[in-house]
Amino acid sequence: MKLPYHGAIDCDLHPAVPSTKALVPYLDDFWQDHLANRHIDRFGLTLSSNAPGLPISAREDWRPAQGLPGSDFELLRKQALDGFGLRYAICNVLHGAVALFNVDMAAALCTAVNRYVAKEWLDRDPRLRGSILVPPQNVDLAVAEIERCAGDKRFVQVMFLVMGDAPLGQRRYWPIFQAAEKHGLPIGVHAGSSFRQAPTGSGWPSYHLEDYLLQAPAFEDLIVSFLTEGVFQKFPGLKLVLAESGFTFLPTLLWRNNKVWRGARTEVPWIDRPPADIIRDHVRFTLQPVDAPDGKMLNRIFEHVGSDKLVLFSTDYPHPHFEGDDALPDGLSDDMIRRILIDNPLETYPRLRDAAGAANAQMNKEAVP
Amino acid sequence: MNMPVLERNVQGKSKLSFVDCDIHPIQRSEKDLHPYLSAHWREHMTTFGGHVRQGLIGQVMHPRMMAAGQRADAYPKNGGPPGSDLELMQQQHLDFNGVETGMLVALSRGGMEERNLDFAAALSSAVNDWQLHDWVEKDRRLKAGIVVPQEHAEHAVQEIDRRVQDEAFRQVIISPKSSEPLGRRRYWPIYEACARNNIVLGLHPAGVSGGNPSSGTGWGTYYMQEHYTFGTTTTGNLISMVIEGVFEKFPNLKVALIESGFSWAPALGWRMDKHWERMRKETPHLKRPPSEYLREHVWFCTQPMEEPETAGHLTEIIDWIGWDRIMFSSDYPHWDFDDPKYALNFKMTDKQRAGILRDNAKALYRLA
Amino acid sequence: MSRYVVAKAGEVAPGTSKLVTVKGREIGIFNVQGAYYALANTCPHEGGSLCEGRITGLVQSDGPGQYKLLRKGEFLRCPFHGWEFEVATGQSYCDPTSMRIRQFNVEVAPGEDVVKGPYVAESFPVSVEEEYLVVEV
Ligand code: FES
Repeated sequence: MKLPYHGAIDCDLHPAVPSTKALVPYLDDFWQDHLANRHIDRFGLTLSSNAPGLPISAREDWRPAQGLPGSDFELLRKQALDGFGLRYAICNVLHGAVALFNVDMAAALCTAVNRYVAKEWLDRDPRLRGSILVPPQNVDLAVAEIERCAGDKRFVQVMFLVMGDAPLGQRRYWPIFQAAEKHGLPIGVHAGSSFRQAPTGSGWPSYHLEDYLLQAPAFEDLIVSFLTEGVFQKFPGLKLVLAESGFTFLPTLLWRNNKVWRGARTEVPWIDRPPADIIRDHVRFTLQPVDAPDGKMLNRIFEHVGSDKLVLFSTDYPHPHFEGDDALPDGLSDDMIRRILIDNPLETYPRLRDAAGAANAQMNKEAVP
Repeated sequence: MNMPVLERNVQGKSKLSFVDCDIHPIQRSEKDLHPYLSAHWREHMTTFGGHVRQGLIGQVMHPRMMAAGQRADAYPKNGGPPGSDLELMQQQHLDFNGVETGMLVALSRGGMEERNLDFAAALSSAVNDWQLHDWVEKDRRLKAGIVVPQEHAEHAVQEIDRRVQDEAFRQVIISPKSSEPLGRRRYWPIYEACARNNIVLGLHPAGVSGGNPSSGTGWGTYYMQEHYTFGTTTTGNLISMVIEGVFEKFPNLKVALIESGFSWAPALGWRMDKHWERMRKETPHLKRPPSEYLREHVWFCTQPMEEPETAGHLTEIIDWIGWDRIMFSSDYPHWDFDDPKYALNFKMTDKQRAGILRDNAKALYRLA
Repeated sequence: MSRYVVAKAGEVAPGTSKLVTVKGREIGIFNVQGAYYALANTCPHEGGSLCEGRITGLVQSDGPGQYKLLRKGEFLRCPFHGWEFEVATGQSYCDPTSMRIRQFNVEVAPGEDVVKGPYVAESFPVSVEEEYLVVEV
């Protein structure tokens, strides 16, 4: 169904990955020169999982006349921001810097991407919000990038891909979570891989379709990593937002972990309450793509999951997951719709909450003569 | 009111009579296989031992949680590991619980994890002989699975063709901890042999990886993570088999998933259908929505049984999968054993219960 | 309800258990630092024989990477799935409100009383000089 009212918060929207040339102005002298010498500036750094030609990369009516899907600001404004009447939209730019082996180059490019996003996107429309792209290959550099960006309150989360060097819950990554928690930034994890290892426990599959399908089991193993490592005990204020891989796998995940915890608890004794409760408190999922056949099934899944707080609205623009303006699945209750569109995103992102609070206060002030 | 469970209702006080789709026999020691190995391979085994893709001898790198992964009460009094003593197995499980037919899944020393493929072939033949003589011939309730090394398709096909006429063998067993996803063509000769001989293919994860970290995110830190990857790895393999078109190519192939649970299956079907729709040009060999292949070709063993906060949710899940597709398995003597008297603790009709406990497996494996 | 003499008091040492059968029902008698408890030998989860489980302590943690073992000898791990139960209460550690082992009253009775009755002690020669464990079923 169409959104019943304006003011939804889109938690996963994709401006196109900029060309390396477009990033050059945001690099320092050394990296500008260095990239030019090696002709790196002549090639894109697009993740192969995100190849623009794939049918899952853009809806036909959302492809601009020229350029990459999501590269035309006016079109994005018209189709997404105005089209869905969005209050805020979080831009996730999945740049390939995170797949490079050279950590310094990766960090320089992440910095350039974040500067680019701030200048070329966030500055253009007050509804747009950003995710801080960090180099997961090196924790110190990732923390430095968070510290550099955190002052700009339009950045509302830190962004990773689900498949990287190691399961992201591991202690080696904790300085990143510490910085994120301190600045009120959830950890956003998006579908995608830096290709350090095969997407299944049995190696590399043949088809793009499989790679896409396999994001969901990778998210499952990621949640189990955050759970067992005790990330949420260590950082009780932290939220984990999983973007673009559905959530219908969640009931099994909750049930299995609740069960195995009772036998395996002493291996991870910091898990001090049923895993399902911890996951329901800390982990959130963006709406699209909805992997349920219809609204009736979806409501059953919500019932199995046991919470209405977990799902955050997303269009995943310009990726194609629904027809026309029907960004919401049919059959949801009014309460659930309101939770997904507005309440859940605001409860998840402290910086959106602050911005919305400030805007509301401003409105109230203006209303008073 | 939330009353504590003190003693759970035992399902049907009268003795059960059921098919257990996952029982693990094991050798008392490698010597049990000696009679079934040539002098060359006996000596190889003694000198070099197994050569698998992991760093420890006699221990996995995620040590198991309980009693080395076993039911703590299943250690035979006269030594040997749990599952090595038929008498104890009879007393503790087959007789005690009323097993009508027990499907053996011989994980240990069957060659599924072995890197030296000639040795893998020798092990596989030896373990199959051993199942036959040391188990099935001694207790006719037991049925064997033809264990084959999935990385050595040539031997696998020979072994299947050689054994399949023998009533004692009711399925073929390979490990989904394979070196490549199981839909890849290197494995197709095995499926061809299964389809041609009309014998079920059982997938049961072996302990050691086929050379990849156990999840797409990398190796987990804790056993609790490793335990979860049994499900996600099987999911990956099922996606691979469906999307590669294994079931288009072998339309009468039947697959039993053992020890991977089942409650994730509906969501997987929905997800595959949804994204296949967008991407179908990439896989023109698929003629139907992927979930239809799941529905037609795949059977699920129950263990480790999911235990939702609301038991009734499982009833719904099985409604979505199909009541004719779920088969009880205990995993005796492993630590996450499910007890047939208690595990089916959610709402179902008598017919549905009989299906899960007996009739579905009897139909699939054509048990008398 | 009747009272059954099941063992001599000295037979169940601290930190150990003894399996007895009363009226066809298996009961585990546990001695936790001198205090006796009688629990059904059937795990409320899926029926594991609790007397085959390990007697252990309570593992607690102040945060990831921190482990401590407290109250040694006061907990029991089911031999099947390893769920932990507090011997004194029969409660499951992970699910104390809805998962509990059935408990029975057990007490130490002097031989003099036992001889007088009304205890059931057919299979048990009782002498006045000793102390006995008596379970109420
Ligand atoms: S039967 Fe005791 S923990 Fe499952």
